[in-house]
Amino acid sequence: MKRAAFGHIGFPILLLLPQLVIIAIFFYWPAAYAVQSSFYAQDMFGFTSTFVGAENYTRLIDSTNYINALNFTVIFTVLVTFFSLGIALLLAVKADKVIRGAKTYRTLLMWVYAIAPPVAGLIGVMLFDQSRGNITQLLAFFGYEYRLGVNYWDTASAMIVVSVWKQIPVNFIFFLSGLQAIPQSVREAAMIDNRSGTSRFWDITFPLLAPTGFFLLIINITYSLFDTFGIIDTIVKGEPGNNPLTLVYRVYVDGFRGGDLGGSSAQSVVLMVLVLILTIVQFRFLERRIHYT
Amino acid sequence: MAQVTLNAVRKVYPNGAEALEPSTFTIPDGELCVLVGPSGCGKSTMLRMVAGLEDITEGEVSIGDRVVNDIDPADRNIAMVFQNYALYPHMTVARNMGYGLKNRGMDRGQIAAKVREAAEMLNLTEFLDRRPSQLSGGQRQRVAMGRAIVREPDLFLFDEPLSNLDAKLRNQMRIEIRALQRRLGTTAMYVTHDQVEAMTMADRIIVLSNGHIEQIGTPNEIYEHPASTFVASFMGAPPMNLLDAEAGQGRVTLPGGEVVPQAGVNGHTGAIKVGIRPEDVAPSAQGDLSFNVDIIEELGAQRLLHGKMAGQDFSVAVPKDQEAATGEMRLALKANAVHLFDADQGRRLG
Repeated sequence: MKRAAFGHIGFPILLLLPQLVIIAIFFYWPAAYAVQSSFYAQDMFGFTSTFVGAENYTRLIDSTNYINALNFTVIFTVLVTFFSLGIALLLAVKADKVIRGAKTYRTLLMWVYAIAPPVAGLIGVMLFDQSRGNITQLLAFFGYEYRLGVNYWDTASAMIVVSVWKQIPVNFIFFLSGLQAIPQSVREAAMIDNRSGTSRFWDITFPLLAPTGFFLLIINITYSLFDTFGIIDTIVKGEPGNNPLTLVYRVYVDGFRGGDLGGSSAQSVVLMVLVLILTIVQFRFLERRIHYT
Repeated sequence: MAQVTLNAVRKVYPNGAEALEPSTFTIPDGELCVLVGPSGCGKSTMLRMVAGLEDITEGEVSIGDRVVNDIDPADRNIAMVFQNYALYPHMTVARNMGYGLKNRGMDRGQIAAKVREAAEMLNLTEFLDRRPSQLSGGQRQRVAMGRAIVREPDLFLFDEPLSNLDAKLRNQMRIEIRALQRRLGTTAMYVTHDQVEAMTMADRIIVLSNGHIEQIGTPNEIYEHPASTFVASFMGAPPMNLLDAEAGQGRVTLPGGEVVPQAGVNGHTGAIKVGIRPEDVAPSAQGDLSFNVDIIEELGAQRLLHGKMAGQDFSVAVPKDQEAATGEMRLALKANAVHLFDADQGRRLG
């Protein structure tokens, strides 16, 4: 790297300052505040707070509800990430082969991207609605009584389906552009080397898509953990009851509905640590196996 | 080992454009045949149809005694070397070379032996564990060659394999490819737009223009007896001079009245094109033709004199030890220097 010629150390700092200020105000300060308040218990109205040490954390470990939410979050994240990546990859591979009307196909497949998460959730709610939902009716036709918001796994599957559906277009766009970045001649060389299209895909195309896939994996895990909030909120309608909840949604429910800011902060800190570990693991172990060209 | 036959092979794209007019020829077993022509002439299309990467609209392609029209590229027993190498970036050199063999179900030990053998032939042994991104352009080209060799194909297909290399390396690789092909005795089709490559490497040259074959012949035949003005001006550097002239009364006259010697017109009359290669004329005080030199180009081994003859552009190549100056001079023709072409179609006369 070439050293830029700045006369004084102050000037580069000045240039970086806006970015640093934004990160500090919107990230470090709330994060620090969350860490701090996770060691305090606040009264119902937020007037007084008492230092309680690690009690907020020990309460979490003992809470079956919290462990259930943790388990569900893991399942939810794995399924949403797997299916949204898998289906998007399949669609991208197929769309990449289309020659006639390629633009129309692609536009149609990307359309869902333009829908806001709460709207997606609403559409999901309508499809899975107890009495009028098309999917509910379809399942009833096959003799299954589908009960959104009542049966735990029925609700969970609706959340997963809507979240996957919402995320496919983003993945699709990235996979498609990744596919189109693979040189035509490399594919042709592979055609001469290998008769089987399936084995060509796994030997050549898939490894060459790996950088895109790795990036999308991180994006999708983050999406499943955090950005599905709007969808979950619409489906459970702020009434957790017996419904499956993700960790992020629990932070909101406990903190803003339950008024337990201390416990809620402790949960955010746990979440923060989990994401940190996950990111380190991904970069340490997965990225090594990827070859950027 | 096999001969390659194209029988009335034609290519029309879905939009109606005819990329290749029905073409028929045979490449005998073990020959290196160069397809040469300007970009868009259909030479790559022809090669890709033989490879199976492009559909054949009409006609038949045979490799050996097998018609391959409906045979998958992987089953044609061919190997192709691409312009941009087309190596698999995520595989080591050894795996790049062995990939095709692996897919044919050859066992690991045998693959490793073949790869090692090819690597030795191409001086790649120390690079077998590297990835393509860690190699230079010339080394990558060698790996692509190695990938082709290990397959022991019936036919090599080269699609402008040297275009991405610098001039010095290109000359060296040209000789290497030629020597290798001779040694292996494998039939080869070689596409290039570079007429020097075509002349130096080919057993047989096919000159293409606008989707049709202009001429098929040995480098010598193409050079000595170009079948059309296109071939005459495309093959040879500097290109052949082509002058407008008139045929009549058994002789050919340049505008301005000078008579072109050596030109037998076979009863042809009217407008005609006279072709003279720059190296087939020499300055001589008793020469039959007058020439006015405008610019002298020094090429080291020879000089090029550019100027006008009978008011038309004309070039003359003279050896480096011959003095040259701008201005009027007279030129004498060497033996068999004059080529005559039809003025409309550009076909060779006689």
